[in-house]
Amino acid sequence: MSLFNIFNTAGSGLNAQTIRLNTTASNLANAESVNGDSTKIYRARHPVFQSIMDESAASFDGEDAGVGVRVAGVVESNTPPTMRYAPENPLANKDGYVFTSNVNSIEEMTNMISANRSFSTNVEAINTARDLLLKTIAMGH
Amino acid sequence: MFDNVFGIHEQALLLHGQRLGVLATNIANADTPNYKARDIDFSEVLSRSNDAPLALNVTQGAHISLSDGSTPAADLKYRNPYQASLDGNTVEMPVEQAAFAENNVRYQASLGFINTQIAELTLAINGQ
Repeated sequence: MSLFNIFNTAGSGLNAQTIRLNTTASNLANAESVNGDSTKIYRARHPVFQSIMDESAASFDGEDAGVGVRVAGVVESNTPPTMRYAPENPLANKDGYVFTSNVNSIEEMTNMISANRSFSTNVEAINTARDLLLKTIAMGH
Repeated sequence: MFDNVFGIHEQALLLHGQRLGVLATNIANADTPNYKARDIDFSEVLSRSNDAPLALNVTQGAHISLSDGSTPAADLKYRNPYQASLDGNTVEMPVEQAAFAENNVRYQASLGFINTQIAELTLAINGQ
């Protein structure tokens, strides 16, 4: 694995964390959305990360060297929604209840911090690899 | 004459480059469930590089000759986590960051040694 592969590896990490931040933003934006039908409410979305194992990168005694991470899919949380009595709400059902989305704001905020940290670390890895490459290119000068 | 002018630093530079890639993979997969952090046992690989590699005779055109053993193959080993996590991920970010920083310094040290060697050779060639 050469230093150039680090750009791919850390880049895939940046991409995955961006998707995670995107779902967090979507969840937070819809945290207060309501619906009279409990099956039509907004459900919190979370990405599922999976490491990419690339056979072509098998440079270590035939072992697969992982080359990064990808988002295998986005799953919806199945936490039951909370029911609230709001007969004045135009979306309320015939009994006067609305269902709020099952987004947990605290969970989303911590998720956001975690994604932020991971993103920064990947950027740092790219910067380090770039510095080392530039120094290697300038070898002998 | 110039076969072994850089000594161990040439191989050390390559190994440090490989290790940087492995650590970057760990960092990228810090949030991947069931991902197991890996690392290169540096001293073991480097000590193996001093042994003379076993030669393989090429008697037919279809035979594939082995590389000359100048870059020893690195064994990837799994890291033992200090604290097991619930999702099966064994990447511990502070450990990875520390290893990354240490490897960065070692890479630059090897590079520095090689640069010094080149400067000395240039001085010897120019003779002034």
